[in-house]
Amino acid sequence: MSTTAINDKRPSSLQGERLPKWFPWALGAGSVAVSVGLCLATGIDSRIQWGLIAAILFVLGTFVIAGRVEGRRQAKDRIATSLVWVAFLLAVVPLASLIWATVERGTKVLDGYFLSHSMGVVADTEPGGGIYAAIIGTLEQVGIATLIAVPIGVLTAIYLVEYGRGNLARAVTFFVDVMTGIPSIVAGLFILSLLLMFDLGFSGFAGALALTILMMPVVVRSTEEMLKLVPNELREASFALGVPKWRTILKVVLPTAIGGITTGIMLAVARIAGETAPVLLLVFGNPFINNNPFEGAQSSLPLYIYQQFKNSAGEGAAYDRAWAAALTLIAFVMILNLAARGIARWKAPKTGR
Amino acid sequence: MDITTQDAPPPTPQPTQGERKRAARGATRPGDRVFLGLARGSGIFLLLIMAAIAVFLSWRAAIAISDNEGNFLTTFEWNTGTQPPVFGIAVLAYGTIISSIIAMAIAVPVSVAIALFITHYAPRRLSSPIAYVIDLLAAVPSIVYGLWGALILVPQMDGLFGWLNDYFRWTGVFSWEEGAPRSMLTVGVLLAIMILPIITNVSREVFNQVPQMHEEAALALGATRWEVIRMAVLPFGRSGIISASMLGLGRALGETMAVATVLSPDFLIHGSLLNPGGGTFAQNIAAKFPEADEFGQDALIASGLVLFVITLLVNGAARMIIARRKEFSGANA
Repeated sequence: MSTTAINDKRPSSLQGERLPKWFPWALGAGSVAVSVGLCLATGIDSRIQWGLIAAILFVLGTFVIAGRVEGRRQAKDRIATSLVWVAFLLAVVPLASLIWATVERGTKVLDGYFLSHSMGVVADTEPGGGIYAAIIGTLEQVGIATLIAVPIGVLTAIYLVEYGRGNLARAVTFFVDVMTGIPSIVAGLFILSLLLMFDLGFSGFAGALALTILMMPVVVRSTEEMLKLVPNELREASFALGVPKWRTILKVVLPTAIGGITTGIMLAVARIAGETAPVLLLVFGNPFINNNPFEGAQSSLPLYIYQQFKNSAGEGAAYDRAWAAALTLIAFVMILNLAARGIARWKAPKTGR
Repeated sequence: MDITTQDAPPPTPQPTQGERKRAARGATRPGDRVFLGLARGSGIFLLLIMAAIAVFLSWRAAIAISDNEGNFLTTFEWNTGTQPPVFGIAVLAYGTIISSIIAMAIAVPVSVAIALFITHYAPRRLSSPIAYVIDLLAAVPSIVYGLWGALILVPQMDGLFGWLNDYFRWTGVFSWEEGAPRSMLTVGVLLAIMILPIITNVSREVFNQVPQMHEEAALALGATRWEVIRMAVLPFGRSGIISASMLGLGRALGETMAVATVLSPDFLIHGSLLNPGGGTFAQNIAAKFPEADEFGQDALIASGLVLFVITLLVNGAARMIIARRKEFSGANA
């Protein structure tokens, strides 16, 4: 302990001298005020720089003052605390800005007309048009991907948890893990190489296949986690009654874990709904409505955002449409996420314990 | 629970030696055999897909590379429509690695700090909503990050670039010729913001699993909170942090849309991080694909194969490290 611990004011205290509780707040307010003053005086007008200067002042101030009053170890502790707070606040700024920008700019043209009409021959500079075709495309592609990926993913998870022993199971586990890290554009290129080989054209189905590759490992992993939570006593009770293993899995294990599995599937759907790269390579985009996912180019929400953004020069009708579509996509993904987590919480007590 | 017993099979009269052995292993009933077959088949199917990805990409890549007049690894060009075609991945490899390094340098310390904030510093009532929000942010589609980056982040980088140019021009790395700040540094910052949530989530899970006893023991010895973190939390979580970072790195390497919207590409390696130009594997594929003929697509597939191999190695390494502590695999994040 440093010498400040022995203090005339509190001779009996076991604790060293501490700064008052309001000290960080006061120092924070002070450094913000100083940085704003400094920047106004020197003519720096970027808000980000104001924030950075305030943060630096705060960290330095904490270190110097705490070092004086409380000693070195406490000063280090305080500087770690303030760095952690600063890191958190710095990270929140861009993320909050992202949400704010999308909501603010997206609401400009987002209305019933926008949702129920397609682009057709509307020019990039003209207002009007909408995302109906894109929504149809996204729903069909994601729907097909889900229909293929869910049975395979769930069955693989069942294999790993209920049957899996030995080398095959270990290999599957490892490659499922590695598969979660495949870049979406590589999945797109794989399907593209198939299209080139069989001389096929763009279609929503090709995009759906690429999305399937991205979705399967996610479904496997989350289902696996949920199946592991099912207590063994349930399986043993069922076996003891003479129920075959496959019926035990279908009638006891799966129903017990169904809430968690649903959550995992919805999170996976939310994840692939926002994938742009494979759709760009395989679905190509189409301003007109194409309800048939098996033939001809389709559109999709993320692709629509990208194309409208490319065709705008940072302003104008296409720019507004890109933001409105982005808001729609974020809303879709967030609702899926919230619903999934809601189901997880609602079904949680069933998973045993 | 609806357990039905009606299907319990009648006991088999006098099982032979072999039948008894099989019965002991469990898979005797036809339903069981079918179901096991389906489940195992799905697992094998996944392995086959991985193999097929490698085989088909290599095959198309071989077609492209055999006709390439340039050196695939060192050429600074991407002309697939010309006769003879000349293309190489040097610029793309450089850009991919540089932008990912910048992203990691920013994202890893900040993510670990946020994870510590959530687990050790935030007021208890705030910590779970914050974790929840960070979870949600991991779900924001990359194209939205790209849109935001191109239209809001890029103009904001002007000030920082000017400042770096004023004071660090002499390093050569931070010189700036007054273009729009659509450069590797901006890409790196945007990638860092994008991979923050996933690294934070995995690190947070690790920090939550630090044995309470270790922390309390350190506190009892009079350690400050920072000393507890340095002596008990970080050593325990080191392998978790490494693998979380590598998961983030895997994402950063393969990110397409955010780079494609922010970067203004060319086919040169720039010494300065502030001048626009360069490219990444994924960005190049997205940008060149619309004009590519069949041979051009094969060439893009060849570059995609390189990206596939790189991400495979990074992810494989991350999983190897993670395998030692199975509980926090992070695949759900």
